[in-house]
Amino acid sequence: MREIHVNDIAAKVAELCIKACVVVAPDIRKYMQQALPTERGTARQILADMLENHDVAMRQRMPICQDTGLVVVFLDVGQDVHIVGGIIEDAVNAGVRHGYKEGYLRKSVVGDPIRRANTKDNTPAVIHYTIVPGDSLKITVCPKGFGSENMSRLAMLVPVDGIDGVKAFVLETVTAADSNACPPIVVGVGIGGTFDYAANMAKRALLRKIGTRHHDPYWADVEAGLLARINATGIGPAGFGGRTTAMAVHINTHATHIAGLPVAVNLGCHVNRHEEAVL
Amino acid sequence: MSKIKEITTPLSPEVIASLKCGDMVCITGSIYTGRDAAHQRMMDMLAAGCDMPFDFTGNIIFYAGPTPAPPGMATGSIGPTTAGRMDAFAPELIAHGLRIMIGKGLRNNAVKQAITDHSGIYFAGVGGIAALMSQCVKNVEVVAFEDLGTEAIRRLEVERLPVIVAIDNKGNDIYNRNGT
Repeated sequence: MREIHVNDIAAKVAELCIKACVVVAPDIRKYMQQALPTERGTARQILADMLENHDVAMRQRMPICQDTGLVVVFLDVGQDVHIVGGIIEDAVNAGVRHGYKEGYLRKSVVGDPIRRANTKDNTPAVIHYTIVPGDSLKITVCPKGFGSENMSRLAMLVPVDGIDGVKAFVLETVTAADSNACPPIVVGVGIGGTFDYAANMAKRALLRKIGTRHHDPYWADVEAGLLARINATGIGPAGFGGRTTAMAVHINTHATHIAGLPVAVNLGCHVNRHEEAVL
Repeated sequence: MSKIKEITTPLSPEVIASLKCGDMVCITGSIYTGRDAAHQRMMDMLAAGCDMPFDFTGNIIFYAGPTPAPPGMATGSIGPTTAGRMDAFAPELIAHGLRIMIGKGLRNNAVKQAITDHSGIYFAGVGGIAALMSQCVKNVEVVAFEDLGTEAIRRLEVERLPVIVAIDNKGNDIYNRNGT
């Protein structure tokens, strides 16, 4: 049994919140640099502006986007870890509170979805816990902006809908989102499981590195096919037209019920922030 | 790419009418931020017969909520939020004199109709380039609803804020790709 102190968790969460909001991930930068020469006119200018924005954010230590998100935290907790010194949920929220203050990040959370008073420190985070083998703790911080989150959807398809139904739903979601999701987007898809688990898989799918292939050739082909069709919609960077509408389609699947085919599509904007660390 | 048009606030009806869907425009002068919560408050004020927090004539509302300004800086990161959430409020505000909006993304038919009926204009900025956009902001002053934090109405002094005409006063819509 390995002990991990809550203070170390809080400090790491704070650090990851700031880093995720200020520094663009290398896979996104690389994708945009490669897409730039394939576009012309307005689309090319917008990709150039996005790349320049990354540079300004880095140089001035400013958030890439003013929507610094609702913080989603994935904790993959090794079963041989013992958390000491306090409550893990409190530690995560302390980290968010500290990171959002020290990093001058926007406080975008309301405490009650209807009465809507701002909590003023961007807490609470949404936390997903998974127990995994080992004696380490992996923390993934994903500050989720709501331009793209609001355009995400879930459908309880039925078995007869099959892969064509799944593809149609993904395309419909991306087309309806249009410019609102801040393209070029990352499309996270969860297929199977249950209502709740499909959404969880879709969110996790956003964490995969752009440019990586699905380990199952069948699903790798589905991803590639969907990406090509999305980039043929003409939505383009910021929705002003062009061929760079999505940077990636990432699919996660799980066993499901004989009667069901849940599909969740979680959209990530062109900064698709997430940072991870292992304690 | 078309030549960038330079405009200065407040905007006259002639300037609004001269801008066409797809034009790239740089805005200089005062603009006012206001997003979800501020819109709700303005609607409540209209219902109560109160004056609006700023004069709508020729002035621009920018759907935006900045990050906090670090010490020594005029503003934190700032950029447009999804305009569609303000569709529920925009026709009423347009009826009360608002003509010019900056946001990102799609507007509904009621907003387009109000824009054409009143010769207004909707500019779209690029979402998610907020560090770059903040470089255009020279001064910031809260003018209303300070308790709303990032959602307060702020007057920004901007220099060459880059936007695109998304819906012009004839109702041409940049996002209507099939129709253009």
